[in-house]
Amino acid sequence: MPEMPAAPSRQNEYRRFGLADRLMHGVLMFSFIGLAFTGMPLLFSDAPWAVRLAGIFGGGRSAGIVHRVFASMMIGCFVLHVWRLMHRLFVKKELEVLWGPASMTPQPRDVQEMVAHLRWFLRLGPQPRFDHFTYWEKFDYWAVFWGMGVIGGSGLVLWFPEFFSRLLPGSWFNIALLVHGEEGLLAVGFIFTIHFFNSHLRPDKFPMDPVIFTGHVSHHELSEERPAEFERLRADRRLGDLEVPPAPGWVHRLARVVAVVAVTLGLAMVGLILYAVLFARP
Amino acid sequence: MRLKRLIPVVWLAACLTAATALAQKPAAKAAPKPPSNDDCLACHGDAAAAGASGRSVAVLPDKFGASIHGLVGVACVDCHADLAKSSEFPHAEKLAPATCVTCHDKAVALYDVSVHAEARRAQAQSVAAACKDCHGSHEIKPAQDPESPTHHLNLPATCGRCHGNAEIIRKGRIAIGDVVAQFQDSIHGQALAKSGLTVAPNCKDCHNAHDIKRRTDPASPVYRTSIPAMCGKCHQGVERRYQTGVHGDALAKGRPDAPVCVTCHSAHQIARTEGAAWKAHVLAECGSCHPESRKTFRDTFHGRETQLGFMRVATCADCHGAHDIYAKRDARSTVSTARLVSTCGKCHAGSNPSFAQYDPHADRHNHARNPLLFYTSKFMEALLIGVFSFFGIHTALWASRAVKPGVGRRSQE
Repeated sequence: MPEMPAAPSRQNEYRRFGLADRLMHGVLMFSFIGLAFTGMPLLFSDAPWAVRLAGIFGGGRSAGIVHRVFASMMIGCFVLHVWRLMHRLFVKKELEVLWGPASMTPQPRDVQEMVAHLRWFLRLGPQPRFDHFTYWEKFDYWAVFWGMGVIGGSGLVLWFPEFFSRLLPGSWFNIALLVHGEEGLLAVGFIFTIHFFNSHLRPDKFPMDPVIFTGHVSHHELSEERPAEFERLRADRRLGDLEVPPAPGWVHRLARVVAVVAVTLGLAMVGLILYAVLFARP
Repeated sequence: MRLKRLIPVVWLAACLTAATALAQKPAAKAAPKPPSNDDCLACHGDAAAAGASGRSVAVLPDKFGASIHGLVGVACVDCHADLAKSSEFPHAEKLAPATCVTCHDKAVALYDVSVHAEARRAQAQSVAAACKDCHGSHEIKPAQDPESPTHHLNLPATCGRCHGNAEIIRKGRIAIGDVVAQFQDSIHGQALAKSGLTVAPNCKDCHNAHDIKRRTDPASPVYRTSIPAMCGKCHQGVERRYQTGVHGDALAKGRPDAPVCVTCHSAHQIARTEGAAWKAHVLAECGSCHPESRKTFRDTFHGRETQLGFMRVATCADCHGAHDIYAKRDARSTVSTARLVSTCGKCHAGSNPSFAQYDPHADRHNHARNPLLFYTSKFMEALLIGVFSFFGIHTALWASRAVKPGVGRRSQE
C-alpha cells in the first residue's frame, strides 16, 4: 500500500452518518427483520418450517398482529424520512438533496462508475474513484424506498380491505396480495444477500462495516474507497469540519453484536426461503 | 305269629314293586315325558358342572330365572329341542345347537339373509355371529333391559366384541378393521357412551340388527345411494337441503362420483362441524374432489392462514354452504352475484359490491380468469429474476476481485 502523502493523521475519523440517520437505520433494520420473520411463514405457508416459525410468534393470528406492529414502525420510519427530506429541501433550502455528490438521485456519473466498476471486476480497467454515495448504495436506497411504497401500500390495502374497497375494486386485493408477497421476497432476498455482501461480507469489509453503527469512517477508508469525496473535501477545506474523535469502544462492541445477530438471522431466513423454493414447493 | 306280622310289609313291598314296574313300562315304550327345568338344573345348576373337555356347562338357576326366558317360563328343551326326546341322562356330550327359530321365526328369517348367516353357511368354522353371540344364552335379556348386550347403549360394545377384536377381524377378513374404535370417538359414539343419549344412533340404526348386509349390496341401508335417506331418518332437514343442492342432484342423476353424507363426514368417524378441527378437515374433504379449487384457495390469504393453523378465516363451507350447495350461476347459491356481498359480509362487516370482487380462488397462472393478476405476476417474476441475476453476477465478480487488506497484496503479486 503506498504511503498517503500529506495525510494529516492516519488515526483520524470522519463523520459519515449523523445520529438520526443511524437510529433510523436501526429501527429500519429491526422492523425489517421482524417483518421478514412474521411475513415469510404466510408466504411459504406450505413449507415445513412455516407453522413452527409462526408458532414462535404465537401462531398465525398473533404473527399477523406482530407483523402489523413492525409494519407500523417501518411506516413511521418512512414517513419521518420523507418529512426530514422535505424539511431539508423546502425549509433549509438544501438543493444538494436533489443533485450532486450528497444526493441519492441517480446521476450520469453513477452509470459511468458502474460500468467502470464492472470493467475493474473483469480486470479491464482501474478501480473507479467513488464519491460520497456509490451506485450500489443508491440502488440499495431506492430499492428500499420503492419497496416501502409498494409493500407498505399493498400491505395497508390488505390490512384495511373494507376501507380500500371504496377506492379500489376488490380484484385489486388479489394484486395487492401477490405484489406484497413477491416484493417482500425481493426485499428480503436482496437485503439478506446482496446488501449484506456489499456492505459487510465482501472480503475487504468482512465480517462487517461498522460505519452505520458508529457513523464514522477512518481516514484510510475515506481516502482509499471514496477518493473523489476525499479530494473534494480536501480541496474545499471541509475535511476538518467532519473530523471526529474515534467512536467509543462500546459502540463498536454493540455494533458487532447487532451486526452478527442481524446477519445470522438474515442468512437463516435466506436458508429457509431457499429450502422452501427448492424442495417444498411443487 | 311272626309270619302273620310280616304279611302287610310283604304286600306293601309287592305293591311298590308292581307300581314301579307299571310306572316304568309305559315310559320305555310310549312317548317319554321331557325332562323338566328342575331335572336339567339337578346337574347343570351346580356352578362347577363341566363337560368331558372341562368346558363349563353350568346354568346358574338365579341367572336363568332372571332372564326373560326364565321369567316367562320357557323350558330348557324348548331351545335344546333334541333333549326333549332324550331319556338317557347324563345325555350325550355333543348336542345340536339351541334353536331360536321355534319362537323367533321373524328375526331368524331376517338373520338368514344377513352377511353373518351367509358367512356361516359358506364356512362351518366361521367366526361370524349367530343369535347367542349378540343376545347371550341362558341369561338372555330383552333389549329394553339396561343390562342386555343388545340394549341401545350397549350394542356398540357388543358388536365390538368381534368388530373390535384383532383376531376375529383377521380371521373374518373384515376390511374396515377396528370400526368400533373409530365409532367410539365419533359424535354418535360419544353421544351414546358419554351423554347416554338413546336417541343417538348405534350400529343397528344404520346397519339393521338382524339383516345386516354388505355396503356394496343394493339392499343394504348403507348402500351408497341409500345413505342420504338412511341418515335422513334422523337428519331430516339436512337431507332435504342436500337433495336440492348440486350434490344431491348429481346423485339423483346417477352420477357415480356424486358425494353422499359419508363421503364428507365419513361413516364411523363423524365429528362435530363447529370448530377449527372440522374447518381444516373440510378442506381435505372438498379438495379430494375439487383439487383445483383447493390449490387456488391455498394460494390466497384465507388458504395460507389456514395452513398456519389460524382457522378464524373462511374455508369452503363458510362461503359455499354445506348441504345446499348450488352452482354459482344459480341465484340460490351463496356465492352467486346476488348473494356474494352478504356472504362476504358474514365476516367482513364493510362488505360491498366492490369488496366482493376479490377472488378467493385467484390463480396467477390463469390468464382467462385473472388477466391483471397474470400480467402482474409475470412482471414480478421478471423483476425478481432481473435483480437477482444482475446483482448475483455483480456480487460473484466482486467477490473474486475484492481481497482482504493485507492478504490481497501477496495474492495479487
